[in-house]
Amino acid sequence: MITLRGVTKRFGDELVLDGFDLDLVPGTVTVLMGPNGSGKTTIGRLLLGLERPDAGAIVGLDGRRRAAVFQEDRLCEQLTAVGNVRLVLDRATPASAAVDELRRVGLDDESLAKPVRELSGGQRRRVAIVRALIAPADVVVLDEPFTGLDVEAKTALMSHVRERCAGRTTLLITHDRAEAEWFGARVVELTRPVRADPSGLNQQG
Amino acid sequence: MTTSTTAAEAATGSGWRKVARPLLVLGFWLGVWQVATVAVHQDLLLVSPGAVLVRLTELVVTGDFWSTVWYSFARIVAGFLLAAAVGVLGAALAAASRIVDALATPLIAAIRSTPVVSFIILVLMWADSSRLATIISFTMVVPVIYTNVLDGIRHRDRTLLEVSTVFGVPLLRRLPAIDVPAVLPFFIAACKIGIGLAWKSGIAAEVIGLPRGSIGERLYQAKIFLSTADLFAWTVVIIALSFAVERLTLAVLARTQARLADGPAS
Repeated sequence: MITLRGVTKRFGDELVLDGFDLDLVPGTVTVLMGPNGSGKTTIGRLLLGLERPDAGAIVGLDGRRRAAVFQEDRLCEQLTAVGNVRLVLDRATPASAAVDELRRVGLDDESLAKPVRELSGGQRRRVAIVRALIAPADVVVLDEPFTGLDVEAKTALMSHVRERCAGRTTLLITHDRAEAEWFGARVVELTRPVRADPSGLNQQG
Repeated sequence: MTTSTTAAEAATGSGWRKVARPLLVLGFWLGVWQVATVAVHQDLLLVSPGAVLVRLTELVVTGDFWSTVWYSFARIVAGFLLAAAVGVLGAALAAASRIVDALATPLIAAIRSTPVVSFIILVLMWADSSRLATIISFTMVVPVIYTNVLDGIRHRDRTLLEVSTVFGVPLLRRLPAIDVPAVLPFFIAACKIGIGLAWKSGIAAEVIGLPRGSIGERLYQAKIFLSTADLFAWTVVIIALSFAVERLTLAVLARTQARLADGPAS
């Protein structure tokens, strides 16, 4: 179990998380929903080790390999899609796996030959998603991963994500209820501002 | 058809302009020089471009010319390359350690503010004049490379660094994908300044220290013997060498930049 207990996080004067609790069941998907500014991304960053809590503790992350789709694509602009994905591959995974996976999400040979700065927004998003899913990770944080995709692409990618995240501890951050329901996973809803919730009413599912 | 013809014409036109423009600019300034020579009308003060060209053609056919060029070239370029290596390494260490940064900052500021002649005299007291140009070029270029590269390191894309932290990207993969592409433009800018500086300071050091068989010594002799044509000819040689080293370095760096775009090795 990965557990956040009484986690408090401030950025300057702004209190983003105040005694927040969350349990992530290993090998399952948890969906985190809430309005802007409710601390969803901060929780994702805490799980990824990019922020430290000001108070409280995060337990169960030691030694776990992590992967993420960030809100922004965060790609190396000068590299091709394959170059970006190969950055995160372990030695056991052949480079051809990156090509196969990128083709599977709809990138054709022409797109694969270009640096990612020349790809469309949707194509870049797919590269970011493939990079997270192919990485040898135990914990995956997906922060609004389907932003900027059309309905058809989104549906196809959601199936792909569900398949690839099977057996991994996954946190899907979204503000789209339909998306959350489609995954059929446990949903945790945040209110703004996030406060300690001993009654557990802010956790559903 | 019409479009492609127009495009081809435009390409040829721009290619012609690329060659013709610098030649026209060069021609303009040579013209100004020639007019000034005629106006001054004293070879001792100002020789004509033609006289310099004649003197240059006389010089380049001698073995002495090439050994002199090689003497200064090898030492100044060595000073520059050493400065590039130490500057990059120092900047990397300063970016990683606050202590190194705190210690290096006043040192770099002091070197920047110290007149080059102070260093030249100091080095002449400590070392053989044959090493002078290397030490002085090195000393003058290190702060430029260090400061620019450190600036480049600090301007790396933090979001990409976070990606590499999360995914645990090994340093050897991260360097060519994230760090070097971010720092390279800063390093290239430093090299553009540094190469000119290495030549100017290196030759100045030679003029003062007079190492035997150096370009600086030839410049000094030109002054002693009031040979203005020699002074101008050797100055043209220095400019040409500095320009050639700069072009070569920038070409190598541009190639490196292009190669990095191909992605990590498997």
